[in-house]
Amino acid sequence: MNKTLAIVGWGTVALLGTAAVGTVAMQRGEPINALWLVAAATCCYALGYRFYSKFIAVKILALDGLRATPAERLENGRDFVVTNKWVVFGHHFAAIAGPGPLVGPVLAAQFGYLPGTMWVLAGAVFAGCVQDFVILLFSVRRDGKSLTAMAKDEIGPVGGFVAYVAVIAILIILLGVCALIVVNALKSSPWGTFTIAMTMPIALLMGVYLRRIRPGKVLEVSALGFVLVLAAIWGGQYVSQNPALAGLFTFSAPTLAVLITIYGFAASALPVWLLLAPRDYLSTFVKLGTIALLGVGIVALHPTLHMPALTRFVDGTGPVFAGKIFPFAFITIACGAISGFHALISSGTTPKLIARETQTRMVGYGAMMAESAVAVMAIIAACVMQPGIYFAINSPAGVIGQSPAAAAATISSWGFPVTAADMQALAHAVGELTLYNRTGGAPAFAVGMAHIFSHSLGGDTLMALWYHFALMFEALFILTVLDAGTRVARFMVQDALGHVYKPLGRTSWYPSILATSVLIVAAWGYFLWQGVKDPLGGINSLWPLFGISNQLLATVALCVATTIIIKMHRAKYAVVTLVPLAWLVAVTFTASWHKIFDSNPRVEFLAQARVLAASPVPISGATAQLIFNNRLDAAVTGALVVMVTLVLVESLRQWMGILNGAKEARVKESPFVRTRLVEEQG
Amino acid sequence: MNRMRKMIVDLASTAVAMLREIFDEAAYARFLSRAGMASSSEAYAAFRHEFEDTKMRRPKCC
Repeated sequence: MNKTLAIVGWGTVALLGTAAVGTVAMQRGEPINALWLVAAATCCYALGYRFYSKFIAVKILALDGLRATPAERLENGRDFVVTNKWVVFGHHFAAIAGPGPLVGPVLAAQFGYLPGTMWVLAGAVFAGCVQDFVILLFSVRRDGKSLTAMAKDEIGPVGGFVAYVAVIAILIILLGVCALIVVNALKSSPWGTFTIAMTMPIALLMGVYLRRIRPGKVLEVSALGFVLVLAAIWGGQYVSQNPALAGLFTFSAPTLAVLITIYGFAASALPVWLLLAPRDYLSTFVKLGTIALLGVGIVALHPTLHMPALTRFVDGTGPVFAGKIFPFAFITIACGAISGFHALISSGTTPKLIARETQTRMVGYGAMMAESAVAVMAIIAACVMQPGIYFAINSPAGVIGQSPAAAAATISSWGFPVTAADMQALAHAVGELTLYNRTGGAPAFAVGMAHIFSHSLGGDTLMALWYHFALMFEALFILTVLDAGTRVARFMVQDALGHVYKPLGRTSWYPSILATSVLIVAAWGYFLWQGVKDPLGGINSLWPLFGISNQLLATVALCVATTIIIKMHRAKYAVVTLVPLAWLVAVTFTASWHKIFDSNPRVEFLAQARVLAASPVPISGATAQLIFNNRLDAAVTGALVVMVTLVLVESLRQWMGILNGAKEARVKESPFVRTRLVEEQG
Repeated sequence: MNRMRKMIVDLASTAVAMLREIFDEAAYARFLSRAGMASSSEAYAAFRHEFEDTKMRRPKCC
């Protein structure tokens, strides 16, 4: 009876999912309701989790509930702690959910809602969730080892070295891109800048409160901080309306870039308790609440998507970023589908908290599904806007023109009607002077989110407050990645320098702290400055660079996973990681090829450098810098591809050696120890 | 009715436990119990000092 019910139930889910995916994929001409995307996502995730993840868990990984995990065997009450599975799930999700699944899908919406939605659903179920799940399990079976350590053990020293360099490179590029998104969101926006500026004294106050007044009461102080941030958002409107105060908080992009760089240095060099930790808590508090609220808002409002399924820009002529749908849609959206960065989290804190191997499925596969759902929400937020407005916000002035009239005319000529009056009215409604050329994805997401929130709660009168709430939410999110990332990169560089000169490796030695902080901040600050000065808006060149580096890290993670699966004598099932690996290799290598050898100067770094160098007017210092930047970006892309090729070759050698019997298939797992938790629980 | 109440209590306590873990309150409680200390500004400073070595090395995803 139960079996019949299950067949009927899952059959219904499959039919509903087929209908929803079919509607999303086949509908043309007429706008569709966002609930179709929600239904398609829910059914795909349910089927993927129930059947595909179970297949992997049983047939390939053979999860063993009787095998003691490192959290149990090495429990020390510090980093190895046996933890409730739902608590680990929340912890893991809070760590993997960053601004990526919000920004990437918004940028990729220039192709229409269909490519992003399909990639997010298929990518998550067959690639991203699988990567996070298997890497988590393999790390659990290796005492919680990091991806870098596993790459070294299973593939060889080349794997370990490339993984290490890739992590540093990704961190630096990521930090530069994150800072650029914040700069583009806050430039000429006194309300937004005031709100974000206020989060710094609020974080300092939280730090002092936590340390001196109510030690350790983080939830309490985060709630207090949240109320203060809301007050800052509300107060921001009065700042923007007062000419004297507005002048104090109105900055150009270069000035903001300098301020953010100084902030990054301060966050890296100051004691953690003072600024970094309280901000991290505040950001997490806001993040979890807002994501939940956005989900409820979408279901309650069930808005219509105005963006077509596919736009004319699938041919590569898009104004937001240049490049064809393949491969650029697949490197633009990373975190919502597959992100190499997640492999660092799955082999970081999480494996040290898992109580039973069987829980890795729910935590690894399940949390990535939740992250993918956030990406679907971002696609909906971007596509509820009229396409003309979306393109006016996200396109750089270098592409659509400097004046409002010229920009509106250019965008309307693409078949997406918008007028200067529409844009002025929208800017007025959200309390901004202008919404043109606000590249980076964050302002567009904020407009979409404000649209959903204000139509669910508060009406048009609250549009400006919701917009600035959304902007604050994203900027807070991104700045947290920025300051935590700077510190992590600083630790990694200190670890490496410690091998050269021991005191440099001491994380509490101030000369080393200052020197390595300057080094890291200068590195990402360089990319930020390059983006700010780029006539094409910076995102056009930096986001693909970030996407390529992040997906190359996923390639390394999938190489490690495939190698281990083959060593486990499960070669016939290695397709579960080999297919996503092959796809990522195709995507990243094609994207890199375009970035280095394409003849289109909007796509290719070197072609743009050639166009600038061939200019009939004498080359100024700024142009010379642009030429150098483009050549540097091409060199970075090339270097990353060469390194990952080395890992692929090394992995292939391992696989071939094992499969033809020339090499011993020996996995480097910790020995089996029977868990005591089952006996204790009876 | 009792089953419903128990389910709500279980859900709420799991949610609170999740938040306490995410916000490091649980880690601080474990630190206090391990070090045999009572909560104070000195104890919290010691906890943060120890925690900086582990948690602050953890990357946050994009």
